[in-house]
Amino acid sequence: MATDNVASEGALVSGNVDTKRRRLLTAGVGVVGAVGAIALAGPLISSMSPSARARSAGAPVEVDISKLEPGQRVIVEWRGKPVWVVLRTEELLASLEEVTDELRDAESEDSLQPEFAVNTYRSLKPEIMVMVGVCTHLGCSPSYRPDVAAADLGADWLGGFFCPCHGSKFDIAGRVYKGVPAPTNLEVPPYTFLTDTNILIGADGGNA
Amino acid sequence: MSKVTDTIAWIDERFPLTKSWETHVSKYYAPKNFNFWYYFGSLALVVLVIQIVTGIFLTMNYKPDGELAFKSVEYIMRDVNWGWLIRYMHSTGASMFFVVVYLHMFRALMYGSYKKPRELLWIFGMFIYLALMAEAFMGYLLPWGQMSFWGAQVIISLFGAIPFGIGDALTLWLRGDYVVSDATLNRFFALHVIAVPLVLVFLVIAHIVALHEVGSNNPDGVDIKKLKDANGVPLDGIPFHPYYTVKDMVGLAVFLIIFFAIVFYAPEMGGYFLEHANYIPADPLKTPEHIAPVWYFTPFYAILRAVPDKLGGVIAMFMAIVVLFFLPWIDRNNVRSIRYRSLAYKGILAAFVIAFIVLGYLGMQQPTPFRTFLSQFCSLVYFGFFVALFFISRNEQTRRVPDRVTH
Repeated sequence: MATDNVASEGALVSGNVDTKRRRLLTAGVGVVGAVGAIALAGPLISSMSPSARARSAGAPVEVDISKLEPGQRVIVEWRGKPVWVVLRTEELLASLEEVTDELRDAESEDSLQPEFAVNTYRSLKPEIMVMVGVCTHLGCSPSYRPDVAAADLGADWLGGFFCPCHGSKFDIAGRVYKGVPAPTNLEVPPYTFLTDTNILIGADGGNA
Repeated sequence: MSKVTDTIAWIDERFPLTKSWETHVSKYYAPKNFNFWYYFGSLALVVLVIQIVTGIFLTMNYKPDGELAFKSVEYIMRDVNWGWLIRYMHSTGASMFFVVVYLHMFRALMYGSYKKPRELLWIFGMFIYLALMAEAFMGYLLPWGQMSFWGAQVIISLFGAIPFGIGDALTLWLRGDYVVSDATLNRFFALHVIAVPLVLVFLVIAHIVALHEVGSNNPDGVDIKKLKDANGVPLDGIPFHPYYTVKDMVGLAVFLIIFFAIVFYAPEMGGYFLEHANYIPADPLKTPEHIAPVWYFTPFYAILRAVPDKLGGVIAMFMAIVVLFFLPWIDRNNVRSIRYRSLAYKGILAAFVIAFIVLGYLGMQQPTPFRTFLSQFCSLVYFGFFVALFFISRNEQTRRVPDRVTH
């Protein structure tokens, strides 16, 4: 039939198709297209990272502790996170030596803090604690529990911080106990004393 | 011919209207022994529609902004005409979606609906479940209450457990800020209303197309396609329409009575559907005394808490979901339905369900040493089910599966 002739003589029959050329063109367009898609993915993915405005919002904050009573805590916001300032009592400070054996990182070797805070008190001045109040487990803000032998925390509780989310326990210097989910001690932010009662959080003032 | 048949004929020449109707509804032959457990597939579809429709109307008044979000939800509740109804339908729908999906999944477990040739059907279903969890999680951030904020903080921090510095970079990228903030809220809104629903709808279509390709399983696990009449219709099959459309309408009526009873009389469900702490605006400086995810996430949350190690807990939690994807290959027995399987299988399935429910309860409670121990025990039972199933199913004493379905 006529149509058969056309088909058998035309370039459509597979024998006459230049499959090599077709494969080259297909592969070429495919590779160029993939490069284009990757090039577009870059800006899209990058747009989800913190913006220039978010990156620049991180100014130090000043806190006045002249009205702080012994044992009392004040919370200030720094970079959107809670920062605690606690005026520790003698009893609370004494507890730091007693709990050493129960701690995971008593010497703060695996934890985040400025150089000046690598000590038992994890602070510049023993009685004044400055700490980022964010649990190193999953980011909840632990509760301040200075009540010794609290009913829910056991008779041997000497005061510290307890995370209500997943039960992590920290001593009064933010050092994590063994056997709880949090891997490291609470973070200590850089800070410096402007005067005896004024602390600048977020700048180390050359201390570190 | 009437105007209607003329119009249909006109369309059929241009679009497979009648053909699609027949393939998927009027000539889709489903086993005639469907029972109570077979309501939940169509109910899940209904809830999806409820969520999409109420969601569209909520976005008309909601503001995805850290300063305005909480107030805009209260505005919807108090000042928008019928806003309370639309929002309570959406929040109740979220929980009921999981009720229906969990029952639907349990049905698949009982009757072996994940087995050959339905492995891909099961995997599409698991992806739907994953997408649903992402959708629910991101939706829960939008009211910008205390639970919204701290729940998101915890879940995003889960990714921070990934070692080699990847975790911290990833959490920063997910939040779009150094803390959960306006940037996080805004992107969760975008993902909740556009990205994930699109994926969900696509997956639901794939799930149904796969189902209609292989045919529905049934409580006996009998392959009805083996015995057909002269016309090629399975002897134990009945057309989906009108038989199951009518049956499902009865189920739907009962479901909607329960659904609206909740919407009208107990929309918060005593704090289980809408947690009390979420009526306090988000405060980045203070975690609520007692924080727990919404009930449908609590079994996995309990597994997370059971492991006293950050990375280990996160791995255990994700594995609890991942392992389900491999169920078609973990269960090596050809007999599908629980009706013809061994006592050992029935025993481990019962233990699995009890462990899942107990974990769900524990995930809502404050951690105490005893509860942590119980969570660890139930987590072992949860994973133990899959290990035991792998070995038990190999040489299982099963009863003979009949050729025809029973009732």
